[in-house]
Amino acid sequence: MSIEVRGVTKKYGDFVALDDVSVSIPTGQLTALLGPSGGGKSTLLRIIAGLEVADGGTVEIEGTDATALPPQRRNVGFVFQHYAAFKHMTVAKNVAFGLEIRKRPKAEVKAKVHELLELVHLEQFADRLPSQLSGGQRQRMALARALAVEPSVLLLDEPFGALDAKVRKELRDWLRRLHDEVHVTTVFVTHDQEEALEVADEIVVINGGRIEQVGSPDDLYDAPANDFVMGFLGEVTVLDGHLIRPHDVVVHTLPAAAGAGAVRGEVVRITRVGFEVRVAVRPEAAPEADEVVVTLTRTFARSLGLEVGSTVWLEPEDGARVVPVPRAVPVGTLGAADPTEPSEVPVA
Amino acid sequence: MADSRLIRSRRGPVTYVLRVLVVLYLFLLVAWPVSLVADRAFRATGTHEGGVGPFLERLTDPATVYAFNLTITVAIWAVIANTVFGVGISLLLVRYRFVGRRVLSVLVDLPLSVSPVVVGLALVLAYSSTQGWFGGTLETIGIQVIFSTPGLILATAFVSLPLVVREVVPVLEEIGTDAEQAARSLGANGRQVFRRITLPSIKWAVVYGVVLTSARSLGEFGAVKIVSSGAEFRGETATLFVHNHYQAFDEPAAYAAALVLVLISIIALVVVTYLRPKEERA
Ligand SMILES: Nc1ncnc2c1ncn2[C@@H]1O[C@H](COP(=O)(O)OP(=O)(O)OP(=O)(O)O)[C@@H](O)[C@H]1O
Ligand SMILES: [Mg+2]
Repeated sequence: MSIEVRGVTKKYGDFVALDDVSVSIPTGQLTALLGPSGGGKSTLLRIIAGLEVADGGTVEIEGTDATALPPQRRNVGFVFQHYAAFKHMTVAKNVAFGLEIRKRPKAEVKAKVHELLELVHLEQFADRLPSQLSGGQRQRMALARALAVEPSVLLLDEPFGALDAKVRKELRDWLRRLHDEVHVTTVFVTHDQEEALEVADEIVVINGGRIEQVGSPDDLYDAPANDFVMGFLGEVTVLDGHLIRPHDVVVHTLPAAAGAGAVRGEVVRITRVGFEVRVAVRPEAAPEADEVVVTLTRTFARSLGLEVGSTVWLEPEDGARVVPVPRAVPVGTLGAADPTEPSEVPVA
Repeated sequence: MADSRLIRSRRGPVTYVLRVLVVLYLFLLVAWPVSLVADRAFRATGTHEGGVGPFLERLTDPATVYAFNLTITVAIWAVIANTVFGVGISLLLVRYRFVGRRVLSVLVDLPLSVSPVVVGLALVLAYSSTQGWFGGTLETIGIQVIFSTPGLILATAFVSLPLVVREVVPVLEEIGTDAEQAARSLGANGRQVFRRITLPSIKWAVVYGVVLTSARSLGEFGAVKIVSSGAEFRGETATLFVHNHYQAFDEPAAYAAALVLVLISIIALVVVTYLRPKEERA
């Protein structure tokens, strides 16, 4: 294990930002710290980097106890959400900073800077100032700057958070490829579950200062440990008192085909979103409760001949993951649930 | 940045009336009296000759040279002290949270609101060898504060204390700590972070503060008047020189020195105006 966090607690006044957090980050992997805003992701990352001091617990990096080490002696690369560019230095000088601090020979610094700028595709911008770069370019510069000192771990705090969706997606793929090339142990913070699922080898879900679950993207998606993880990693709907993914609900138009436990309901809305169709069904047994949302492919929906007002029978697909509904759950009707503001929908 | 929201686009009669009033006000209060000083510096009066030659002669008189030398010495030390402490205090105020931080912030502003005469009196109370708390102690080790150059420096530094701090604090607040933390994580220690990251970012604010401090130091009168014996060749600064010669009916010498002080201020203003846009671009 490259990073071992044991029993870390951090308080701001009375507020507990991290509550006895323990987690192991595997060597050479790309790990995502995923969670809602205010969950404590940045705090944990900054404690690992030494930019924040924990109230209790230990941090071990590459086998050495780093708890009391100042940031400059931890050999970590840190990339900030808002680039933290050195505005008065050129791109090349920014990247060279860590090497110059370490008093490396000039020729070596030059060669290394060139190599890194090539790696992040900024060769032609070496002599520009950060203010003359786009957001994405600035972030790549920050990444090159952090990589220059050959850190044992690379920590990225919402590296693409300040960028627009398209650039974000590009950089995300690029980060994945970069990681496959350089293989440095990397931890990145995100509150975008799609980003985490797509890029990470391992995901640590953190919420309210606690770790909810650690696992591979598939583990987390298919076998969420609790309702929070399930709700945070993808869209959920409530069927018969259980949380279930909308694409795991089977729709029957005839009672004969449905099993004994199927829920009978009426189609109240059909929305087409690109390649899929979302069908909202009001269960007959509990008409005042929230609607069940089912997603189907467009062809399948058409073959069923669904219309608003038709009666359908719903049941979970074989092997579908369901989680009992707690008191208040984040229920997504369109798009992924946003657990930062759980909607207090009463559930029958 | 020129913010168009701050500029009225429509020009009604009110705009013109305002303009005339402002120009008139500035003229009557500043431009006209100051131009009279320039005029007087070169004009012949009574037994005194006018023109450039006598003007230069008055400025090269040993007493005048002494006064300006003293003023410049005092100003340089006051500027050095206030730059070093100003940057230090600014860092303390912005980057650290401690008990009494607000009190410190208010204390830094105090010299702006306290009359310089009061500052002078306070310094005499604290440092004079006869009645001061530790003026006596200092005198036994050979340092006389009041009625000598250290006292002048102290008084000048006191009145110009806030100028660097008030320039640097907002810039420090604006740049935030991200870059400094990034530098730390890249291996820089505290000194390296300050020299390579913080200082370059606040450079223009410091320069601006230094210019303001210099201008203020050269022109200080009230506090200096109290802590200096004020006699020719013995603690007579340029402003005291102007005052003394004016009182002694040697008006041409007073006007000549006054004009030099005005010119220095104007140069300082020009430098500042030239620096301003640079600072905003940075
Ligand atoms: N310096 C501070 N003083 C007081 N409270 C703080 C401080 N820094 C963070 N917090 C609190 O600690 C909690 C966790 O903050 P943290 O920055 O780790 O959240 P996060 O998970 O990174 O959220 P985001 O996705 O919005 O960045 C938040 O509730 C925040 O208000
Ligand atoms: Mg954060």
